[in-house]
Amino acid sequence: MGLRGEAAIVGVADWKPERKFSGRPAPMLEQWAELARLALEDAGIAADEVDGLVTPMISESSGFVPATVAEYLGLEVNLAEKVDLGGANAVGMVWRAASAIELGLCTVVLCAIPARPTPRDPRPGRPFDDRYIYGASSNSHGSPQAEFEIPYGHLAQNAGYSMIAQRYRSVYGYDERAMAKIAVDQRTNACAHPDAVFHGQPITADDVLASRMIADPLHLLEIVMPVAGGHALVVARTDRSSAPAHRPVVVAGCGERLTVKSPANARDLLETPVGVASELAFSMAGASRDEIDVACVYDCYSITALLTLEDAGFCKKGQGLDFVRDHDLTWEGDFPMNTHGGQLSYGQAGGAGGMSQVNEAVHQLRHEAGARQVQNCETAYVSGTGGVMSEQSALILRGG
Amino acid sequence: MTNPFEGMPKPLPAATETSAPFWAGLREGEVRLQRCERCGRWIFYPRSNCPGCLSNALGWHTVSGRGVLHTFTVAHQPTNPLFADETPQQLAIVELEEGVHVPSTLVDVEPDAIVIGMPLEPVFEPTEGGEGTLLRFRPAASGESR
Repeated sequence: MGLRGEAAIVGVADWKPERKFSGRPAPMLEQWAELARLALEDAGIAADEVDGLVTPMISESSGFVPATVAEYLGLEVNLAEKVDLGGANAVGMVWRAASAIELGLCTVVLCAIPARPTPRDPRPGRPFDDRYIYGASSNSHGSPQAEFEIPYGHLAQNAGYSMIAQRYRSVYGYDERAMAKIAVDQRTNACAHPDAVFHGQPITADDVLASRMIADPLHLLEIVMPVAGGHALVVARTDRSSAPAHRPVVVAGCGERLTVKSPANARDLLETPVGVASELAFSMAGASRDEIDVACVYDCYSITALLTLEDAGFCKKGQGLDFVRDHDLTWEGDFPMNTHGGQLSYGQAGGAGGMSQVNEAVHQLRHEAGARQVQNCETAYVSGTGGVMSEQSALILRGG
Repeated sequence: MTNPFEGMPKPLPAATETSAPFWAGLREGEVRLQRCERCGRWIFYPRSNCPGCLSNALGWHTVSGRGVLHTFTVAHQPTNPLFADETPQQLAIVELEEGVHVPSTLVDVEPDAIVIGMPLEPVFEPTEGGEGTLLRFRPAASGESR
């Protein structure tokens, strides 16, 4: 049952995150193609060997996205998936690709998430896309969000995550300095990663708590920094004939779970879906929590990381803040977490943010993470989170 | 680049055939909820089928609309430019007596006085133009709280 370790991440590409984009806006199809070129180059695999692709939504097409991508890139594929899991996309892409490979459907699968600016439509009178106005909430007629949330201002992510944090405070108690430490330790990691947007800008817990209150109790520095960027990766059969360009990173376990779109409809705001997803991944890989050398925990907010530490089983429910206080989460600490700085300090390139976490695990397992390298790194945990703790997914990756 | 939010009216709910009794209830100053006739589950938001057992035999019932604060946030930065006039927004998830959770906002209360678990009662607020009614909540009047 489960993955047998026959598929591995063999190539990655990371566009350096930028707070102010220095390039020229390009359609996402063009970004997809360029990220694919870079990831295949890293893998040492020719484009004509690609026989699968997994894509997120792209700006240029509302439907028929995989075919549009395949056609633009000139690919002929046996796996054509579009995933729609928000920040859980990257992890979801990896296990879909690995599963299809193990099923024998394909051998080399490209996954990319472009997230640089796209050009403005120059045609006059083109209405703004509802997605621009309402973000992750749908204002289409008949949508529960349009009818029961949007009219009250229940929109976007800050409020939803803040309501979860308030509930946490009420049920388990709260130590705002421990919450701040998540951001502080990750900033320390970013200071060891030259590509992170906050490289060279260390912070203290006081800085976090003094930053602007966005939605009580979350401060500005507990919330991701949006950036322009993009990531891609290549998943391939481990027994391909040609020698790999890098140490392959085997997809050893995976899991996914989702229940509701909006926090108001969650059965329990504090029992998040990543618990089931992570248990599936750990048991499939036959891995224990103690084996994890680096944890790449989706961190759109401090509270996201905290609840994931608890629900993924790294500590008991309600003891996450003790765990954060008691452990050093930096690359040289006893529980290295988000060694690239996390999305909080590396930057969140839109929907690609979660792939920064997958790719950081790859860099660590290849032992190529430079100043932030975790010693003897053999096993990684990666989580993905979409919406407001809505879609969640998990991976166990191992050095091959 | 033009500001797409400029001059845009605030988004208002548009009832479907399924949800119409809920909105009609609010106009008449009542909170109406569906209950599954098969498994007994209370349901919010209105649906065609029960999210517990998928039965399509759902009945409408008028309830008190009273409940307690399940969680909240005070948003100092608007959740969307269209709601800038409401900042700080007092966004809440309210647990009604029947157990269902309703996203809404709190009125007639200062941010510092908001406490999870506080008893709440419904406020029926006509929308601008008076065509519809929104369901907001305020602290329950003393003596009436559970």
